[in-house]
Amino acid sequence: MAEAFFTLQDFMVHTKAVAYILMGATLVGLPLFWFFLTGRDEKKRTY
Amino acid sequence: MEQQQAAPPMQQSFFTPFNVITGTILLMGMVLTVLRFTGGLGAVTNLDHNTPWGIWIGFDLLCGVALAAGGYVTSAACYIFGLKKFHSAVRPAILTAFLGYALVVLALTYDVGRPWRLPYPILVSPGTSSLLFEVALCVMLYLTVLFVEFSPAAMEWLGLRKARTLVMRLVLMLTIFGVILSTMHQSSLGALYLIAPSKLHPLWYSTYLALFFFVSSMFAGLSMVIFESSLSHRYLHKHMDHHHLDNSNDVALGFAKAASFIMIGYLFIQMIGLAIDNDWHHLATGWGAWYLLELIGFVALPALVYAVGVREKNIRLIRWTSVWVVLGIIFNRLNVSLVAFNWQLPASQRYFPSWMEIGTTLFIVTLGVVIYRFIATRMPILYEHPDYQED
Repeated sequence: MAEAFFTLQDFMVHTKAVAYILMGATLVGLPLFWFFLTGRDEKKRTY
Repeated sequence: MEQQQAAPPMQQSFFTPFNVITGTILLMGMVLTVLRFTGGLGAVTNLDHNTPWGIWIGFDLLCGVALAAGGYVTSAACYIFGLKKFHSAVRPAILTAFLGYALVVLALTYDVGRPWRLPYPILVSPGTSSLLFEVALCVMLYLTVLFVEFSPAAMEWLGLRKARTLVMRLVLMLTIFGVILSTMHQSSLGALYLIAPSKLHPLWYSTYLALFFFVSSMFAGLSMVIFESSLSHRYLHKHMDHHHLDNSNDVALGFAKAASFIMIGYLFIQMIGLAIDNDWHHLATGWGAWYLLELIGFVALPALVYAVGVREKNIRLIRWTSVWVVLGIIFNRLNVSLVAFNWQLPASQRYFPSWMEIGTTLFIVTLGVVIYRFIATRMPILYEHPDYQED
């Protein structure tokens, strides 16, 4: 069942909070996935 | 030319399995075309007032445009981001995109009718506040851009050196124009459904629908290039030169890496879309299971398999995964346009395409395959023309 929200304020606080947590997870998750994706690539020599 | 020497002998029978099957489908398509344009929509479709957009929009248009995204993605990678190692993939991708968009317009004439009125939205009655107007304008302009981008291959074939040189000078400008137009209409096709919040199931309806369509078009295009390259490798390898054959693995690895990363990004924005609308409780329903099948079965899992394929340089795995992703895109577009659309209607009032609608779609897809084969076996699409290799 969906939670009951009595005001728009309640709804926004709840949904924005979850969205911010997910954005944090995205910020951490995407670089980690990139490291996994490129983990076996040949290293480029920069010297 | 190596590939010209290896061309199949002319005395080969006309009645090959390919010719017989495609010939039958094309013949059936022509009969259906006559029925549609003489008897109207009612004669060949199951469309009604509840579902005025059927499989011709859901599959031919939405899937066609998404899967033709390989054109802008590949040319942007090569000419804007300077990734020249993907150069061999540009012409096949542009040809696929050009044919894809041309067939989208063809399919649209079946759906809309009165093909001579196609220019009306632009020239006679522009509805500048309408998303459909924007889509029409973008598709018209982008089809023109793709035609010009494709034309050097035809010009090399016809020996029009001066005209080719002129067009080649426009490549960068055309690529930038193509990317802008694609960004606009790929997202607008998703935005079209924003007008129907009460008809589209909440799990698919989102204020981010435009973003979802645009982002998913990127990995759809990348996967379609890999898929199309595997088909060319298998069936048209006689028409490929060493450069294209050698580079096809690099293209598959590079595009799979990009597609995998974008798919994970897409997964995150889908979850943020769920969070913003607080749609989590729908996941526990039957529709939720269907949605999770789409998101996990056709996005998360293939993204991981792509990543494993890239890490292990397993080209075979990548090529099979590209088919999986292409099917996933078709699954998504059909969900938005047909399956989750009018979800509250009783089953008896739900739309299911008639065999004639499916037959027309099959006819249009077959037409694309036949034209692609005709062009790729004659023009320098899968090989570099020997007279122009230095350009």
